[in-house]
Amino acid sequence: MTPRLRRRLVLALPWGWMALFFLVPFAFVLTIAFAEPSEGLPPYAPLLRWSGEATAVLQLNLANFQLLLEDPYYLDAYLRSLRVAAVSATLCLLIGYPMALAIARAPEHRRNLLLMLVILPFWTSFLLRVTAWIGILQDQGWLNGLLLGLGIIAAPIPLLYTDTAMYLGITYCYLPFMVLPLYATLSKLDPSLLEAAEDLGARPWRAFLQVTLPLSLPGIVAGFLLVFIPAVGEFVIPELLGGPGAQLIGRVLWTEFFQNRDWPLASALAIVLLAALVGPIALFQWRAGR
Amino acid sequence: MSFAERPGTAEPWRDPSAEPFLRIEKLTKRFGDFVALDEVSLPIYRGELFALLGGSGSGKSTLLRCLAGFLEPDAGRIVLDGQDMAGVPPYARPVNMMFQSYALFPHMTVAQNIGFGLKQEGAAKAVITARVAEMLAMVKMEGLGDRKPAALSGGQRARVALARALAKRPKLLLLDEPLSALDKNLREATQFELVNIQERTGTTFVIVTHDQEEAMTMATRLAVMDRGTLAQVGTPSDVYEFPNSRFTAEFLGTANILEGVVEGVEAEGVRIGSSELDFDILAEPAASKPLGSRVFVALRPERLRIERVAPGSALGDNRLVGRVRDIGYYGDFFVYHVVLESGKEVRVSQPNLRRRTERPVDWEDTVAVTWDRQASMVLPE
Ligand SMILES: Nc1ncnc2c1ncn2[C@@H]1O[C@H](COP(=O)(O)OP(=O)(O)O)[C@@H](O)[C@H]1O
Ligand SMILES: [Mg+2]
Repeated sequence: MTPRLRRRLVLALPWGWMALFFLVPFAFVLTIAFAEPSEGLPPYAPLLRWSGEATAVLQLNLANFQLLLEDPYYLDAYLRSLRVAAVSATLCLLIGYPMALAIARAPEHRRNLLLMLVILPFWTSFLLRVTAWIGILQDQGWLNGLLLGLGIIAAPIPLLYTDTAMYLGITYCYLPFMVLPLYATLSKLDPSLLEAAEDLGARPWRAFLQVTLPLSLPGIVAGFLLVFIPAVGEFVIPELLGGPGAQLIGRVLWTEFFQNRDWPLASALAIVLLAALVGPIALFQWRAGR
Repeated sequence: MSFAERPGTAEPWRDPSAEPFLRIEKLTKRFGDFVALDEVSLPIYRGELFALLGGSGSGKSTLLRCLAGFLEPDAGRIVLDGQDMAGVPPYARPVNMMFQSYALFPHMTVAQNIGFGLKQEGAAKAVITARVAEMLAMVKMEGLGDRKPAALSGGQRARVALARALAKRPKLLLLDEPLSALDKNLREATQFELVNIQERTGTTFVIVTHDQEEAMTMATRLAVMDRGTLAQVGTPSDVYEFPNSRFTAEFLGTANILEGVVEGVEAEGVRIGSSELDFDILAEPAASKPLGSRVFVALRPERLRIERVAPGSALGDNRLVGRVRDIGYYGDFFVYHVVLESGKEVRVSQPNLRRRTERPVDWEDTVAVTWDRQASMVLPE
């Protein structure tokens, strides 16, 4: 086997994986997005129809996309989702950065343990952890119980089913996605750079702002995207912890798909969401690469 | 090549009334149970280029980092220009450092790197720009101010690191193995330039190195460090010509060490009977030690003469006889490894004066190794 052939075979694996589990499903979704809804199973009409003897008619239905752009209900859901994701990612950054920095500066033999503690919650079920928050936040929950017991509040404050609870849940669940890439960049930072900054007269805080922070930008971007992207489409956490009023794109999608059984509209929603995320990120990557 | 005897250079360390610019007094630094610096005392004078020389782990960097303020000593004092440095953080010390890795900020241009220190002081933009231009000219890097460090060669990076460290006109510049990343030719050229810049700016330099040649050629004085202590302090020629111990004799240059007992003081000098072979070593009377004391005598290979003799030739005063086991060819000189009757090996180096065809001494020749009385360095310890 020539080295070139071997390299191709090795590369074929990830490409094949991508093709099988991303491109093919994506093609299905894309096809359905252009179909007409119909009664039956599956609940959409085929794109290609035979008319007469030997002519096939390709009928693309753009109505779904038109609806998404025209109905402010969908646009609102998109914008609200983007905002929720952005706020959550920012919260993760604010909490995760000091954590990552502390781990990166900890003595070497303790770093692995600290990283373990960050990852450990992943070993229990995601649903279980979110449900645990319900137990903590509800009116008769631990937090209200504690505050009542200490006499800080006279009556339980409503925490569950609010935006606060939703942000709490998302930030909590996605924090490791922020900490890990930040840690990866910060631990690679040459400590003598910081010493050089201090040696040249920068107080520790200014040394941080001028050296550590700009040099950890790749980690910040990576962590932000890793939290932001899945948070945009997040369905479970807002559903379990958030208020009933907030229509996020995840819930809209779910409703269209399962309740209204409008697969074409749900697919179109997914496509637009993907385009809205991929466009800016691709642009960003391209600019960063130059 | 040596800058030690620069014309007109004052030698304040020979003047007992001279006030040191930097006083290191009984400095001790421990890491857990390990003593990295053991009561190190060292006066350094204004305008010196002082070299800390020593093997890996001898405490050179630790001493330097105490001076920079990155490490707080456990005991002792550092007084710079009359100011006690205890408790003064690195950012407040009039001391700058050129790091071994250069530690250039990769996200800043060369000019921003050099101007970084002045910016921290809140200097005006125009002042910074002017100073940066001055520093770039000093290290011959005009026109490269807009480059990022990644786009520079190793030698250029070293220059930027030097310019950055000198931009704030520190009272003391610390250099931690500044040239160890450069290849030999570039390193020698840069050493020369570093000395030039040091003389022009008049800044006091303390340079750490494990390269004895570097220390010898650059330093006004040097300290040989050994396990957290200063084995010897002096000018390069003092330490080379008058090593005070086996350690410094063997660390700085190469030395053949012979052991003996002082047997008498005669007109021609001190007579030392070798403990290993049936011959006597003669040394200068100045090296006198009490009769009967055991001493080590160090012989520099380049101070020894070598000549072919008939097998069975006799030993004598300052005369050894042995067999050439190996010849090292270095281009400009040869090193002969001569095995004595006792099995001890003596190294003799000779300049390569003739072309190779006529080597006076060859492998397996029986040779006599002789030297002058002045070449016998009796070690005080
Ligand atoms: N932060 C530290 N913690 C523990 N030991 C250290 C530390 N820094 C240096 N040492 C030890 O102190 C000794 C001297 O180190 P150093 O001053 O770096 O030596 P040199 O620069 O002469 O090679 C070494 O044995 C090293 O292992
Ligand atoms: Mg060192």
